[in-house]
Amino acid sequence: MKIPEAVKTKVEAAIPLDRQVQAAHLYDKGRRWLTGTNGQKMFVEGPIPPVEEVALEDIDLSNPFLYRQGRWASYFKRLRDEAPVHYQAHSPFGPFWSVTRHADIIAVDKNHEVFSAEPLIVIGAPPRFMDIAMFIAMDPPKHDVQRRAVQGVVAPKNLREMESLIRERVRDVLDNLPVNEPFDWVSTVSIELTARMLATLLDFPFEQRHKLVVWSDLATSMEQANGGPSDNDELFRGMVGMARGLGALWHDKAARLAAGEEPGFDLITMLQSDENTKDLIKRPMEFAGNLILLIVGGNDTTRNSMSGGVLALNRFPDQFEKLKANPDLIPNMVSEIIRWQTPLGYMRRIAKADTVLNGQFIRKGDKVVMWYASGNRDETVFERPDELIIDRRNARNHIAFGFGVHRCMGNRLAELQLRILWEELLPRFERIDVVGEPEYVQSNFVRGISQLMVELTPKGAR
Amino acid sequence: MAAVTFVSHDGEKCEAPLDEGCSLMQVATNNAIAGIDGDCGGEAACGTCHVIVDPTWADKVGPSGPEEEEMLSMNPERQATSRLSCQIKVSESWDGLTVQLPEFQM
Ligand code: HEM
Ligand code: FES
Repeated sequence: MKIPEAVKTKVEAAIPLDRQVQAAHLYDKGRRWLTGTNGQKMFVEGPIPPVEEVALEDIDLSNPFLYRQGRWASYFKRLRDEAPVHYQAHSPFGPFWSVTRHADIIAVDKNHEVFSAEPLIVIGAPPRFMDIAMFIAMDPPKHDVQRRAVQGVVAPKNLREMESLIRERVRDVLDNLPVNEPFDWVSTVSIELTARMLATLLDFPFEQRHKLVVWSDLATSMEQANGGPSDNDELFRGMVGMARGLGALWHDKAARLAAGEEPGFDLITMLQSDENTKDLIKRPMEFAGNLILLIVGGNDTTRNSMSGGVLALNRFPDQFEKLKANPDLIPNMVSEIIRWQTPLGYMRRIAKADTVLNGQFIRKGDKVVMWYASGNRDETVFERPDELIIDRRNARNHIAFGFGVHRCMGNRLAELQLRILWEELLPRFERIDVVGEPEYVQSNFVRGISQLMVELTPKGAR
Repeated sequence: MAAVTFVSHDGEKCEAPLDEGCSLMQVATNNAIAGIDGDCGGEAACGTCHVIVDPTWADKVGPSGPEEEEMLSMNPERQATSRLSCQIKVSESWDGLTVQLPEFQM
């Protein structure tokens, strides 16, 4: 049965968000009990064979361990060379097409008339009711209305207001780092700085900033969505916490504004001072969708670019020397790091009509996955694509922010945050050495580094 | 030789030769004009080559197309004569063309 949209909206509006999530949790428990899948993991890690040993039609890029095991680059290369628009008929997430060349990806990404972002942008599907509507997974015109309501917060004009605060917070973290002894860069720097940035963006209570990270990590690690390692009970409990926390933030901000506090440059203030969104809290699903999208969109991505940059400069030490000799390269290096890391592996679309893409016939209803991680290593666009080259002439042509109407809304914020990080790192440290092998995230979507042990040598200490 | 003038947000002027058949974005990037990024390489898919055409030139240069319009309509700095410069094929007969750069590219 299909519930009419208007009725659904009314019902959703009448029931507080945390209650809705709790109901969804009960539903999911019932589903797992009925289907006998409770406690069973969808994915168990096994060694992935070299790509030469796999038949073309068996290549399955949805395997959530490809990135962790370092096989992804060779798998992508084989598809780019032999089947740039490739069909996988039997993945655990069902059949899907993989688009791996730079030009083909742009063609799909900019054509929302044929390739719809609805209803989801990951290969799989999150548990029922966890698929909260976000504009990243809406087509125009619905998408445009929602995006317009929030994009001001990360627009360059607003960022100018936030830059000094971001820089101050970066300095504070860097000044307190341990030197000459190993520590984990991911938790100490990447996660910490990202949490501070997100707290600034939302004016979320600073001392509770780690909650933002926990919620976001839960939301992006669902196994049914992208092969992540999450536990559904933990997930739903976390989401109830998030619903309450964000609701409380809204009401607290409204009260402070009413009491005459100076309005800030944050998202909540912005929504509350706009006629169209000042009552957004009364549309809880839309409220949650917009806030979660910003938190999730800004979290893993920025974090993994901060970690990926350190890793890449260690893999290509001559580039670190080049950087120290010429710090003016930082802005271009930031683009190059984002290309090299490509924090989000792909976005997914559904064909709305029969169509032909690079010679392959794609049917209406087929799932199409645009592999940004592959497009960014396309040798027809980037020379020596696997190398980090900080003065690469066309680094900005990377595809990691996507293209078309969904092009990353936070791109300038991400670049700003990374630029400030490197501007503040260079005068402080002579060396940033990775010690030991990094650990990687389980996912087919997030290309994440979960641990990166480093040792810093301060400037002037030899 | 026919030339175009790019006027930055701060009012600084930069001239570049109008090479027949090039897009205005290519003219800008070939001549290292600061303030035009052109991230998508001319596909009307990134919006980072935004210019505001001088109103006296708007008719000659022409209006934006539908694909272009989708990217422009999201841009807070959008103005009546805004164009994506990658979608403007320049003509040598446009000597003296003047376009304004926005404060930021998205
Ligand atoms: C290096 C960092 C980042 C990367 C690589 C990245 C990547 C992406 C990608 C690939 C998309 C989808 C593009 C498409 O479908 O064509 C996207 C959309 C989005 N990103 Fe980012 N992102 C980053 C940082 C951020 C930050 C810091 C924020 C916000 C604080 C953010 C918020 C968003 C939002 C709201 C969307 C949806 C835009 C829409 O659908 O219109 N992102 N991002
Ligand atoms: S270069 Fe991307 S829109 Fe013009």
